[in-house]
Amino acid sequence: MSESMVQVRNVTKVYERGKQKVEVLHGLTLDIPKGDFVALMGPSGSGKTTLLNLIGGLDQPTSGEVVVGGSRIDQLGSGALANWRAHNVGFVFQFYNLMPVLSAESNVELPLLLTKLSAAQRKKNVAVALEVVGLSDRAKHKPKELSGGQEQRVAIARALVSDPQLLVCDEPTGDLDRKTADEILGLLQVLNREHGKTIVVVTHDPKAAGFAQRTLHLEKGQLLEQAA
Amino acid sequence: MTKTGFVIANLFRKRTRTILTLLSVIMAFLLFGLLQSVNHIFNAGADFVGATRLMVQARVSFTQPLPISMVPKLEAVPGVARVAFSQWFGGVWQENTPLFVFAIDPLRYRDVYPEYVMPDAQWQAFASTRTAMIAGKMVADQYGWKIGQKIPISSNIYPQKNGTKAWAFELVGIFDGKDESWKKQTNVVFINRDYFDEANQFGIKGRTNFFILKLTDGKQAEAVSKTVDAMFENSPDETKTQTEKDFNLGFIKQIGDIGLIVRWILFAVFFTLLLVVGNTMAQSVRERIPELAVLKTLGFSDGSVLGFVLAEALALCLFGGLVGLCLATMGGAMVEKGTGGQFQLELDASVWMIGVAAIVLMSLAVGLLPALRARRLKIVDALAGR
Repeated sequence: MSESMVQVRNVTKVYERGKQKVEVLHGLTLDIPKGDFVALMGPSGSGKTTLLNLIGGLDQPTSGEVVVGGSRIDQLGSGALANWRAHNVGFVFQFYNLMPVLSAESNVELPLLLTKLSAAQRKKNVAVALEVVGLSDRAKHKPKELSGGQEQRVAIARALVSDPQLLVCDEPTGDLDRKTADEILGLLQVLNREHGKTIVVVTHDPKAAGFAQRTLHLEKGQLLEQAA
Repeated sequence: MTKTGFVIANLFRKRTRTILTLLSVIMAFLLFGLLQSVNHIFNAGADFVGATRLMVQARVSFTQPLPISMVPKLEAVPGVARVAFSQWFGGVWQENTPLFVFAIDPLRYRDVYPEYVMPDAQWQAFASTRTAMIAGKMVADQYGWKIGQKIPISSNIYPQKNGTKAWAFELVGIFDGKDESWKKQTNVVFINRDYFDEANQFGIKGRTNFFILKLTDGKQAEAVSKTVDAMFENSPDETKTQTEKDFNLGFIKQIGDIGLIVRWILFAVFFTLLLVVGNTMAQSVRERIPELAVLKTLGFSDGSVLGFVLAEALALCLFGGLVGLCLATMGGAMVEKGTGGQFQLELDASVWMIGVAAIVLMSLAVGLLPALRARRLKIVDALAGR
């Protein structure tokens, strides 16, 4: 077995909704090796997005360990976790979540404002990222001037630009038609195979999951084989 | 792109709203600048530098007349070249048009105010005709008065001995100012003091509201002022000697406590502004909760996100505030020019410093709550729209 990129150990996540406590993940354990392309599937409320948020360092587990790229991110404080995200993980969302006031290239440049790169170097990196997703000719366009597929490509370029080893994608094709969805998934496949990125995708779509190297099924906060 | 560029781009996401808010800030700081400089004028200490004339009035109030018998004593003060005196008449032209009318000694006044230009024959006619009056060119032009015309002027303060408020004067001269500045100060009418002294019902004979001292040397203004006031100290007619500028401001001060009025106006303006800009900032943050969550997702810390929102508030207030203060500076200069330097609405360094401090405080007041909200934002809740 190759080196682990993600190790989730006996993780529990409890949300408090008013006076109610809802346990979403129940002692979940998971390993994702470096260079893997994993699809997480399961019904609504099964904990897919919660697990993705824990892996991406957007949230903290109630108990258990989350180790990503060798770092115990469940033990990091808010500031350190933000810094870790900036350097280690790229995010792709269902609704792209681009900044509407910025052009495509400025959106892609945004994560680089957290680095010490010069303006010229940032510009160069942005150009490369847009080239990878095939959108060099739309660099100056604002999100509202782009199609859904193009917006998602910009979002992928933004996720890539700081060269993280891990990409986490929450329903990246949920808002796209089949053809465009396949193009986006094909792009993720290229990033996985040719650039060695470890990719975790949450999806409802079995066809989308087919682009991944393996699929994990969650149900009621546990991986299916664990539930069994 | 820079962080500053990002802040500015966010500021103009709703262009119309931002421009309207900016206009509110500009107007508020324009008012702030002008009113602060008005307040500053009224609160400033006496400035004798460059004064060539001094005004002497009763210490209590200029409405309490002083005896004209003080003239020889005043003229004996070292540094005093000539003394004139003037009595407020309070004239009304036609139905209800107020005029600035003063009863004066013509030839003394001519000596003390050489800036008022009129042919010598008209000065002599003014001095030798009991019922004479002269009018400034601005007044004469405004009402179409011609020399030789009988001008009826009534006084709400001083009726004649027969009880009538109506007085009739013969216009014997029209004076102008020697330069542009003085031409703007010809909105005044003078009547012969001897006639007024004899004919008024109140029997303030031999007394006048104030004296005007023409100095031999402007550098002696402060010394002369102190000497005069010391000379009449503990007498029945104690004096207050000040520059023309301070004397003129004294008239306006009678409206009320100018400082208090200014403070209340500014309080109302800034309170309204606080609500307007505060609402804009709160709305702006509320509208882009998911975007702020994305910033945090990308690795911007809670503090950075707080900084972005505060920077937007600061940029809005700073731009609007500085434009407002610049406009106030230009407006003040225009008022000063328009009044021939009589009303110096100058935004000095202290007004600018208070203005900049107000900008920073305003930015914090309107930006802090939305910024704290942005800082506290939990990424997963914000992205889920909770």
